[in-house]
Amino acid sequence: MKASIEGSGNETVSDAIAVERTLAGDRDAYRVLVDRYSLYLYRLAYRMTGNSHDAEEVVQEAFLRAYQKLKQFAGNSNFGTWVYRIAANYAIDRIRQRNVDEARHAAPRRPSEEGVEIDPVALVKDPTASPERLAGSAELAEKMKQALDALTPAERTAIVMRHWEGCAIEEIAAVLKSNTNATKNTVFRAVAKLRKALEPFSEFRNTARAMGTES
Amino acid sequence: MNHMTEQELIAYRDGETRERERVAGHLNECEVCRHEMDRIEAVFAALDAMPVPDPGGDFARRVWQEISPRLPEKRASWWEAFFEPRRLVAVGAIAAIILLAFFLGRFTKKSAPGGEIADAGKVRERVLVVAVGDHLGRSEMVLMEFANAEPQKGEKLVNISAEQKRAEALLDENRLYRQTAQHDGDTLMASTLDELEPILLDIANSPDEITPSQFEAIQKRIAAKGILLKVRVVHQDLRQRRGNTAPAPAPSDVANAERNKT
Repeated sequence: MKASIEGSGNETVSDAIAVERTLAGDRDAYRVLVDRYSLYLYRLAYRMTGNSHDAEEVVQEAFLRAYQKLKQFAGNSNFGTWVYRIAANYAIDRIRQRNVDEARHAAPRRPSEEGVEIDPVALVKDPTASPERLAGSAELAEKMKQALDALTPAERTAIVMRHWEGCAIEEIAAVLKSNTNATKNTVFRAVAKLRKALEPFSEFRNTARAMGTES
Repeated sequence: MNHMTEQELIAYRDGETRERERVAGHLNECEVCRHEMDRIEAVFAALDAMPVPDPGGDFARRVWQEISPRLPEKRASWWEAFFEPRRLVAVGAIAAIILLAFFLGRFTKKSAPGGEIADAGKVRERVLVVAVGDHLGRSEMVLMEFANAEPQKGEKLVNISAEQKRAEALLDENRLYRQTAQHDGDTLMASTLDELEPILLDIANSPDEITPSQFEAIQKRIAAKGILLKVRVVHQDLRQRRGNTAPAPAPSDVANAERNKT
């Protein structure tokens, strides 16, 4: 996992003191941890859920769950890593729930976790758009958003944690409650699906590069 | 020539293959696979370009506001809780305010013509203005010491035990004043105290000795929030209010002063 969420050795010491004080009854000491990790969790949650409302909900719920389980944490690992995993787990639950709700209200538009593979290209609106039409970076971002939305929750989690967050396969496997080989396959499948979804826009590469890498 | 599979190429890019040399050698020679690799890279470039909207500088504060009422109290045993140093400090601070209010009330009562009782609201405001002004002054000192200090070259650990203890003492007062300001609807004071609190918590929760990089991290947090400036502004505002809420001299005192002039 990237250093930003793991925190330096000093932050780990400071986190441990904050956890200890919170457990001793000083509820406000927990604020140090909320202050320190909110933004990291938000970035993860936004990339996993694809919208700000759900992302904010995930961050709040992750901190609430971490507070309730704080005794179990008891300094076994880095607080940042721990709360990050709680957020990732909750985000998966939320995406799954959202999919179920959407399926109830409309025709299913996403493949089920273990169900039949659905071609993501078919799920991206207007796949015949010409490269010219995709010249705008906003349009490419929208196409990518649709392709990400078409992934299963496990695939989306895998690609977000692997690519954006730089997590080790073992860490992703722990969140997905899977083994490392299956997790590697999930990452491959996610990349392959995204690639396939964007394939009709053969020029997207240039546009993507022109957009830069700021996120 | 056998081409690489998509999975092999993704594994190579991800550093997950044991056959790096073989794949690299193949990529050097095979234009088809290089082209494939370019397309995979393009997916990652497009992913990198996906923006994450900024939730705002006060995001952590909003999260705290949302969750703090829902956090159940984690109670320590009663004797530990009672004798906790920070609790004793808070009790001391409250006692000091009550005493100050009492003496201020007496003073105002004496100087009022005809034994009129001073307006309780004004006395309360004056107490708050004086107490919070003093609190902000001391907080400013701690923040300034952090902001202006520079760990000496080669210094492995910086001892901040003195600042840490002061921050710890200020923390309880800060909570008390913040709640009072919120109750009184003084939004500027409440928000400044609210922003000051995590910084004080951060210092109070640090170990006695920290490394220069940790010291620098706290300095950055102070600078990023612009808290020093905000504390100064509110402190200045309180000084002015202190002047405005000072009890007016009694007419007899004014007359005496006039007599003394002549």
